[in-house]
This record gives sequence, structure tokens and C-alpha cells, in this order.
Amino acid sequence: MKIIVAIKQVPERDAQLSVSSDGRWIEEEGLNYVINEPDAYALEEALQLKEQHGGEVITLCAGPERVTSTLREALAKGADRAIHIASVALGALDTFGLAHVLADVIRTESPDLILTGLQSDDLGLGQTGVVVAELLGIPHSTLVLHVDKTDSGIRVKRELEDGWFQHVDLPLPAVLTIQSGGNKLRYATLMGIKKAKTKETRAVEATLPTTSATVELTRVFLPEKQKQTQMIDGTPAEIAAKLVGKLRTEVRVL
Amino acid sequence: MSTVLVVVEQKNGVLGRISLEALAAGQALAGMLGAECAASILGNTTAAANELTSKAISRIYTLEHPLLTHYTPDGYCAALQQLIKTSSPAYVIFPHTYQVRDFAPALAARFSQSLISDVVAIQPGDSGPTFVRQLFQGKLNAGYRRANPDTALGFVSVQAGSFRVEDLQSGTAMVEPFSVELDALQIRTTPGEPFRESAQTVDLGAAPIIVSVGRGIREQENMPLVESLAQALGAELAASRPICDAGWLPIERQVGSSGQTVAPKLYLAVGISGAIQHLVGMKGSKAIIAINKDENAPIFEVADYGVVGDLFEIVPELTKAILAAKS
Repeated sequence: MKIIVAIKQVPERDAQLSVSSDGRWIEEEGLNYVINEPDAYALEEALQLKEQHGGEVITLCAGPERVTSTLREALAKGADRAIHIASVALGALDTFGLAHVLADVIRTESPDLILTGLQSDDLGLGQTGVVVAELLGIPHSTLVLHVDKTDSGIRVKRELEDGWFQHVDLPLPAVLTIQSGGNKLRYATLMGIKKAKTKETRAVEATLPTTSATVELTRVFLPEKQKQTQMIDGTPAEIAAKLVGKLRTEVRVL
Repeated sequence: MSTVLVVVEQKNGVLGRISLEALAAGQALAGMLGAECAASILGNTTAAANELTSKAISRIYTLEHPLLTHYTPDGYCAALQQLIKTSSPAYVIFPHTYQVRDFAPALAARFSQSLISDVVAIQPGDSGPTFVRQLFQGKLNAGYRRANPDTALGFVSVQAGSFRVEDLQSGTAMVEPFSVELDALQIRTTPGEPFRESAQTVDLGAAPIIVSVGRGIREQENMPLVESLAQALGAELAASRPICDAGWLPIERQVGSSGQTVAPKLYLAVGISGAIQHLVGMKGSKAIIAINKDENAPIFEVADYGVVGDLFEIVPELTKAILAAKS
């Protein structure tokens, strides 16, 4: 099976974020970037499928030069080669535009399966995989926890709400967006890191869509509090004593 | 008159609360635009349509077809594409459910549009409404606008709990069956029946006190810290998704959009940053205490009592103080 894993690089989870001076994105200076966590699960699922059925895992990422570090990490974990879509204008694209860019590159590889995380930790739109499938004219399934190969294609286990699940059968090629928690993530081994240096990372220029974005992000701002929060401070023992007081007189659970 | 079309979602003929919230959002947007609000239901529509006839909506389109009985993204996209082409609304509004996440982005793409997903507020503006949604797991908000709001069709999904069912305006609505043409060959995926992994043995929904733990606990060997706290309080122990993904607690103890929705008397969140998927499952709690090292963690936006600090120092002291208070 030839599998493409589309990954995104995002600021690490604990990053202290501030709004950029133009008020339309975050201050990127000094941030550490890592693989988007749901994409790490997509990569893991792809690597396991390759281990069971053979084939090739190609990892794909669009973004500035810094994303090549995340591609290298994917190679060190076991991906066979990488494609870096470089372009300065990616930030101005909406979902439809970015999916176009990805689909154009994916089409040239004719993969059997395209995996990506169900959403990104930064924008959180949760749409890219579905739109890529639509543009490629192939079926998709979302919130997938597990993939099995069948005679006619694949059977996936997908998550529904409130603790329910469902199996869905799909023909190949197909796009799947992967939910976290279906597998344990692997670490890169020393051998893997060494091997990654000999693996190919191909840089391709993005073919930007001819139509302009239909949706624009105009302003980034701090959320307003939904509740008046009483902040409780002091030493740990003082905090504990104050909380017990609240639990007794206000929350009334003691 | 232009129309805001709300696509409500039924399960076994019943509308979820989030669908009524989406309808309230649709009515509010229609009010801003001087438009009328319509609704559509797919699949098993009779009971759900009856429920909506007392609301202020211009019409309720019912889309029934043997191929819509079981949800598939292909079936829903094809059916709604036909309805949208015929009724040409200005906006299509969805509740942000797992099902909507599965098909709405593709439907919008069929009209060369991008869905503005997971919207928490809609604000009027001179150059069209601004749609507010969260970034970075709720740490920041962003305003989104449509480049051509007057000419192009807009697709928006709204987050659970962001619009109020109480704001739904009453009126009379007529039901209008809309016939769709579908061919089995158009449906490329074969869905199975929904199932649960195992019998649910914990009903977090019934627990008066919940102690819930998140990524901040760092290691599985630190779990006894929160177990002792839960025991001292007589609370059920719950967690955010990463803890259950790691297998440190069974998935039936997960709170959030992919787990259980709870509203206990007290929800004590330990080391939980408060990603939106978690907040939707617990923000209805009567009282929320949050302990987190990051003062900007979104959990503090919904907390009644906040402690910024090291949970490894505070939780043992708190457990001790609760035990002392109880004895």
C-alpha cells in the first residue's frame, strides 16, 4: 500500500502565545514548533499499516523552511520519503485553497491511502482531509481510530459521539482523518535518526489556486471570560485551607 | 428575501439540543441580515419536523429517501447539494457535530466555499457579519469574515453551548417535503451499525462531585495524587482525552465531546488546560474549581474558583485539608 501522510507543524502545546502586532495572527518569534498531535497518530497508523502489508509511507507537509525539521522527525520514525511544499503565501489561503495545494501534489503520487489528523492544534478547523478527498474525487472517513485491510478496500473503526463507534467500509483510494488514541505513538530510534539522513525530502513549489480565498481571518484576540473567577492564592497549605472554606460555605459539598 | 438555511440533525427521529442551538443561531443571523430562517431535516424526518412547526421558521424542508436512512457523507452531500441549488440560501448553518464534521466541509467545497467551522458567536458588521471561533485549543479567539458576503453562499457550523435554546423564537412553520434524486452508485462508503465497546459501568452524569485530571499530571505514576483527592471528596474520578488515550483511565471516564457530558455540583479540574472539546462536556457544572500552572489556560474562562500553581504541591495539601475537615 502506498500511503501519504499529510502533517502540519504547530506551536508546542505549552507555548505562551501572544497576538502579533498586526492583530491577525500570533507572535511567532521564539516559539518551538512540533508535529500536530493528531497528525502524529496518522503517521503511526500509516507506519503500522506498512509493517503489516508492506508498501511505502510518504510524509507531506506545507509550510516555511522550519517544517523540514518535523518532516525529518517523521522520516526518523520510519517514513520512507518526504515532500515539502514550500511557499510564502500559504498563510493567506483558506481551507479550500490549502486543500487544492495539497491535492495537486498528492495527485502526482497516486497513493492508495491518504491519512491526516482529524484537526490541527492551531486553527482547529478539522476540514482539510475531507476537502482533499472531495477535490481528488475519492471517498473519505473521519475520526478514524483503526484501519483494517479487506479484500475490496479497507474497513475503519470511527468514533461517534458519547462513547459510540461505527465500522465503515471504503474502497481505495481513500482519505482518512485520524483521531488520537487509536495507537501508542512510537519514538524515533537512534538508528532511525541515522537512517533519516539518507532519505529523500523533495521540495515542490505550491501551485496556488487561481480563485482567491472566500473566508478570511481578520482579527485574533484574547477570549473574554464567561464567568467571574475568584482566584485563590497563597502557599499550597493556605490555598488548600481557602478551598476547603469555599467547599464548605459556597459549594456546600463538605 | 434571502434565506438562512439551518440543517438540523436527528438521531432516531429526535433533534439534539445542539440542533436547536444552531436554529437559534440561524434565527439571529437571519435577523441581522433581514433574511428569513428555514430548516431542513434528512432521513427520518416526521417527528423532528413536528417538533419544529412551533418555531419562527419560514419552512421546514424534509428530505426523505431510502439512501438517507443511514447517514453517509456521499448521500448527505448529494441531497443537500440539490436542496441548496434549488432554494439558493445566503447561508447554510450546521450544528458542529461529529456527523457535520464528516460531510459539511465537502459540501461547502462543492460550492467552491470554505466552511467556517465551530463558531461560538456571530457579530453584525458593515461589511457582513463576523464569525468568532477559537484558535489554539481555546487559548485565543479569532474573527472570520467572508470575502464576498453579498454574492457568495456562506457555510457555518456552530459549537455546542454557544447559542441559547431559550432564545429560539416561536411561530408557525410549514413542512415542505423536498424530493431528492439519489442513486446507490453515488454512495461509495458502507456504514455499519453504531456500537459501544463495552457496557458502561460508570455513569459520570449522575455523580454529584467529579475530580477530573488532564495532561498536567504528566506521568501515570502520579495518578494516585488525584485518586486520593477524589477519594477524600467522595468524588468520581474523570479525565480529559489525553489521559484516556494514554490508557491511564478507561475511556468511560472521559469527559468531553468524545466522552460523557456532565453537570455535577462540583467539578474539580486538575491539570486540565480546557480545550474546547473538554469544556463542552463540563461547562454546565454548578461549580468549577480549576488548578493549572498556566494562568492563560482556557479552563479559567469557565472556572468559578481558580488556582494558578503547581498541582504536585497543591493537590496533596488539599487532600489533607479535606480529610481534616471531614474528620
